[in-house]
Amino acid sequence: MSNTPADLRYASTHEWVRPDGDGVFTIGLSDHAQQLLGDMVFVELPDVGAEVGTGDDIAVAESVKAASDVYAPISGEIVAVNEDLGDTPELVNSDPYGDGWLFKIKAEDPSEVEGLLDSAAYEGTIEDE
Amino acid sequence: MSNKTVLHGKHLEAGAKMVDFHGWEMPINYGSQIEEHHAVRKDAGMFDVSHMTIVDITGNEAQAYLRFLLANDVVKLQDKGKALYSGMLNEAGGVVDDLIVYYFDQTNYRLVVNSATREKDMDWLNKQAKGFEVTITERPEFAMIAVQGPNAKSKAAELFSAAQKEAVAGMKAFYGVQAEDLFIATTGYTGEAGYEIMVPIAEAANYWQKLLDVGVAPCGLGARDTLRLEAGMNLYSQDMDETISPLAANMAWTISWEPSDRNFVGRQALEQQKAAGTDKLVGLVMTDKGVLRAGQKVQVTGGEGIITSGTFSPTLGHSIAMARVPSTVGDSAEVEMRKKWVTVKVVKPSFVRNGKSVL
Repeated sequence: MSNTPADLRYASTHEWVRPDGDGVFTIGLSDHAQQLLGDMVFVELPDVGAEVGTGDDIAVAESVKAASDVYAPISGEIVAVNEDLGDTPELVNSDPYGDGWLFKIKAEDPSEVEGLLDSAAYEGTIEDE
Repeated sequence: MSNKTVLHGKHLEAGAKMVDFHGWEMPINYGSQIEEHHAVRKDAGMFDVSHMTIVDITGNEAQAYLRFLLANDVVKLQDKGKALYSGMLNEAGGVVDDLIVYYFDQTNYRLVVNSATREKDMDWLNKQAKGFEVTITERPEFAMIAVQGPNAKSKAAELFSAAQKEAVAGMKAFYGVQAEDLFIATTGYTGEAGYEIMVPIAEAANYWQKLLDVGVAPCGLGARDTLRLEAGMNLYSQDMDETISPLAANMAWTISWEPSDRNFVGRQALEQQKAAGTDKLVGLVMTDKGVLRAGQKVQVTGGEGIITSGTFSPTLGHSIAMARVPSTVGDSAEVEMRKKWVTVKVVKPSFVRNGKSVL
C-alpha cells in the first residue's frame, strides 16, 4: 500500500507539492509513483532559473524498469534542485516525501496550487488505475 | 487464468510484488530488485524457477533423437551428469527454443526448456520424435530453485544430507546429479557459481524456507534479468526467436558443424545463412546517464540494428545492452534515445562474471 500524506497537494501525473512559504513549493514524486517505477537509477533535473509552465515535462525519473517524464504541476521559476539525487537517486524510493524531493518552484501564482488534488482525490485517481 | 508455482504462497508471505510472466504469476521483486541483484553478486540469492519445463528423454534412440533435434551435439556428453547448452532450431534455421540437456547415459537425458514456450516445445519435441524409439516425459512433479552467488554453494550445502554433500563434492560447472530426493545441478543464469535444485513439489515450500533461514535472499524476475544480461546470456523471445538465426544471436558456439554428415533440424538453412553472412549480436556500453532499452534503434558502420535487451547494470553502475546489428559493426554505435542520438561503445556481449567487470 502506498502512503499519501494529507498535508500535500498532488497532480494527476503523480507529483506532490508542499508549500515552503514565500510562494515557493517543493515538488517530488508520490510514493505510489516510485513504487510503480521501481528502483530509481538516474534522475534528470531541470536547470535552476528555468521558467516552467504547468504540464511541461521538465525532468526524467529513470528506473531499472522505465524512463518516466516528470511534469511541472504549477507554473513558475525553478529556484532549487535536489543535487543529492545525482549520487543517490534511490532517495526517491526510500524517502519520496523527504530527502527524495526533486525541485522547488517559485510560483507565478501561488493560488494555482489550490486547483491541484488533495490526498483523498489523488488516492481516488490511483485506485482507478 | 494464471498458473502459480508451488512457492506462490512463500512469495506472498515475503511481500513479493507479483506480475504476469507468460501466463505465470511470478515475483518481480521482494522490495528492491537492485538489492536482490547485489545479493547474488556478493553473497547468495535464490529464484523460484519452478515454472520452467523439465522433460526426460529416454529410450534406445534417445541419443540419435537428440543429435537430430539439437544444433549442438550430445555426443560431446561423455561424463555422467554433464550438461550442454543448445538451440533447438526449425527447418528455416530459426530458434524454436534454447535449452539445457543433461546426460545420464545414451538412453537417458533430461532437458530443461523455457516456460513461455512450453506448449510449442512439447509439440515440437513430439513432432520431431517421429521415427525414433524414444519416450518424452514431462516432470511437473518437481519444483526448481536456483541458488546463486559466491556463497550460494556453501549456504545450500547446510541443507544437504551427507550423501548429497558427497554427490556434489568436486562437481565442476555444468553438471547435474540426482542425490536422494534432489537433482542438484551446477548451472544457472546469473554468471555466478551456484546450484539449480529440482525438489519434489511436496517439499519445495519447506526447502525454500530452509534456504531463507540460512540467509539466502529471495530474488525476483527483475534481478534475474539484470543478472543474466550482465552475464551476456540470451533471453528467449527477446534476444532470439523463431525468426532469428543462432548465428545472429551469439549462439554460433553452440552449433556443432562436425561431423559434417550429422543431419540436424535446420542444418541446411544454417549452412546457407553462414555462407551468406548474418547480423551479429553485440554488447553495448553507455557510461553517460540514461538507460538503453529494448527496441531502440542502433546505427553502426554499414547499417542499422536494434537493441534486443537493455538495462541499467547495478554491478557496473551504468547502462548495458545487447543489440543485433550488421556484421560490419565497428567499435562504436549510435543509439536513438528519447529523440537524441547517443554514442555508445560496442563490446562482446558479456559484461560481468563472478562479481567482476569483464569490460
